[in-house]
Amino acid sequence: MYRYDEFDHSLVKERVEQFRGQVARRLAGDITEDEFKPIRLMNGLYLQLHAYMLRVAVPYGTLSSKQLRKLAEIARKYDRGYGHFTTRQNLQYNWPALKDVPAILDELASVEMHCIQTSGNCIRNVTSDQYAGAAKDEVEDPRIISEVIRQWSTFHPEFSFLPRKFKIAVSATEEDRAAIKVHDIGIQVVRNDKGEIGYQIYVGGGLGRTPMIGKKIGDFVPKADLLAYLEAVMRVYNMNGRRDNLYKSRIKILVHEIGAEEMQRQVEKEFAEIRKTGALNLPQDELDRIEAYFADPAFEALSDDANDLDAAIAADQGFAHWVTNNTAAHKKPGYAIVNISLKPIGGTPGDCSADQMDVVAGLAEKYSFDELRVTHEQNLTLAHVRKGNLKAVYDALKAADLATANVNLITDQIACPGLDYCNLANARSIPIAQEISNRFADMERQHDIGELKINTSGCINACGHHHVGHIGILGVDKKGVEYYQVTLGGSADENTAIGDILGPAFTEQDLPNAIEKIVKIYLDTRQDGERFIDTYRRVGIQPFKENVYEAH
Amino acid sequence: MKLIKNGNFVEQDFVAVGADDALPDGAVIVPLERWETERDSLVTRNTPIGVKLESGQHPERIRDDLDHLSVVALDFPIYRNGRAYSYARLLRDRYGYEGEVRAVGNVLQDQFYFMVRCGFDALEVQDKITPEVFEQSVGAFTYAYQAAADDRPTVMSLRQRLAARAGEARAAQ
Repeated sequence: MYRYDEFDHSLVKERVEQFRGQVARRLAGDITEDEFKPIRLMNGLYLQLHAYMLRVAVPYGTLSSKQLRKLAEIARKYDRGYGHFTTRQNLQYNWPALKDVPAILDELASVEMHCIQTSGNCIRNVTSDQYAGAAKDEVEDPRIISEVIRQWSTFHPEFSFLPRKFKIAVSATEEDRAAIKVHDIGIQVVRNDKGEIGYQIYVGGGLGRTPMIGKKIGDFVPKADLLAYLEAVMRVYNMNGRRDNLYKSRIKILVHEIGAEEMQRQVEKEFAEIRKTGALNLPQDELDRIEAYFADPAFEALSDDANDLDAAIAADQGFAHWVTNNTAAHKKPGYAIVNISLKPIGGTPGDCSADQMDVVAGLAEKYSFDELRVTHEQNLTLAHVRKGNLKAVYDALKAADLATANVNLITDQIACPGLDYCNLANARSIPIAQEISNRFADMERQHDIGELKINTSGCINACGHHHVGHIGILGVDKKGVEYYQVTLGGSADENTAIGDILGPAFTEQDLPNAIEKIVKIYLDTRQDGERFIDTYRRVGIQPFKENVYEAH
Repeated sequence: MKLIKNGNFVEQDFVAVGADDALPDGAVIVPLERWETERDSLVTRNTPIGVKLESGQHPERIRDDLDHLSVVALDFPIYRNGRAYSYARLLRDRYGYEGEVRAVGNVLQDQFYFMVRCGFDALEVQDKITPEVFEQSVGAFTYAYQAAADDRPTVMSLRQRLAARAGEARAAQ
């Protein structure tokens, strides 16, 4: 993975010093909370319902074992012994004291981490595929260009006060695990027929109040020109994005209002001008320097057959389920990708205790070349595990309550923090996810239902990605009572779709029964091998509308 | 209100006039609309003249007039509105404007660094800003990743220099 050099270190250290001074001014009462707000928001520090919340950046979701151990240490020392992994592949601490924040930032800096680009109207921490470097059909490791973007976007002088926050995601495989079409900019790494690598650019995707799917405006941006192209998009947006209304200021609204073609025209024009100056041309030696950090680790030449996996699977039903659901094919024979579910039955999606972090850090160190990934679905991934080691990894995870074999199943839910933590929320999300998880706890039943993604948000800002859940749940407040609106058919993969509203919202008590009915209709309707989303796409919303609301 | 030019605290030198104000003698900064309607008489005054652009007024509108202008003042209506950063870069990088680009309006201490990097050489700041605060703010970071309107070397170019030097050292051995 990428390692800081003296320049990267210097920037982060100076940022910590700057913020230490700012916090001291706040604690001394020299500045008011109002004056402090824009400052703390440039350092990942939010004020929530009950406490400050500190959001730590995990660039493109990659962590070393050492970094994860540090996150565990901070959770113990300065927080309540746990952290929360988010849909942005970041980690949040929910209970830090303001006076401790500079010390926490120091600790983070010691392992090349920080809270830069995790809040404010800047280009946020870039996200990517958790299978990077391990996926079979990858054009190139998407983290190479993600790191280039990280550096270019850090303290960008022109784009630190955008109309609104700005999120960029990168995918380099046909299967999209980074949800690039629901980002402000989605980048698909592609190869043209001459064998050259370049980038397809999608703009204007996003969730929130006005969900939109990104439009492709760049077909093949050459490698050396990527930053020039991104700068062109950003400049068009910075100058023309709406600033009169917070809810209309994302780039998706600009693209929607002027149209994708006009957006493309303006970007191309700006791109041509920037390109002429050559200032943003990416030198090959810098690309090579960064690429070297993401070279394959020292894989052994193995065979897919030469291990005792089959015997172990036959001997242990729990392990068999786990291998089926939580592991994925690796590009190298004899290796597998391991997904670690942070969705124990009845638990809080994405929460991870300090002890669990230490366990995962140890496993990554021992079995996966010392690094791991955070996924946008709030799980963790060990990208390179020898198949012969799967049982040992499983046993260790099981002992730490981390072996729930539910990845991509109905209890592998995304949920925002909701009204339990967030001051924007209208309704609770975590208890809803927990209730559904408990309802569908039975493993055999979950496996029978198959792939089904339920996403829950506690308000229309959609941090729980409800629009792109196969089943989406949106909490709303009606005269002081929490209600839940259900959407069906959403998807965040390469076939991105925004879910359709099922009908009137449900009370908290009625919601689990409604989910049960939806699942039953799917099971009764599905044809051979169909996943929920396949059945939905075939039959549409009508059978669900007709049957979910009928009285018993 | 204090005025900082190229890092020095200086006396106000231009009078900012509104749309209907009588024009005083000496250097003035006028709103864009006034420039557009009174351009011919303004250029005959033989005193330095500046134009102020509001956040919604693209500098393209004065591109052909830049030879006449000693100052382009760009307004920050609130600190969150960062349009003028792009305007400043266009004036410097694209239009080749070498006169003064002045930040006016809601110009906060934690933004000086960004403004200077985008090509602002004059800032109208709150009275509480001291030379120490200014120095600390613009000097917050030793290195910069991006090429911008200032002449700072980028981290990328510094790395290339280091690599070249290491190469020379190897060759010399």
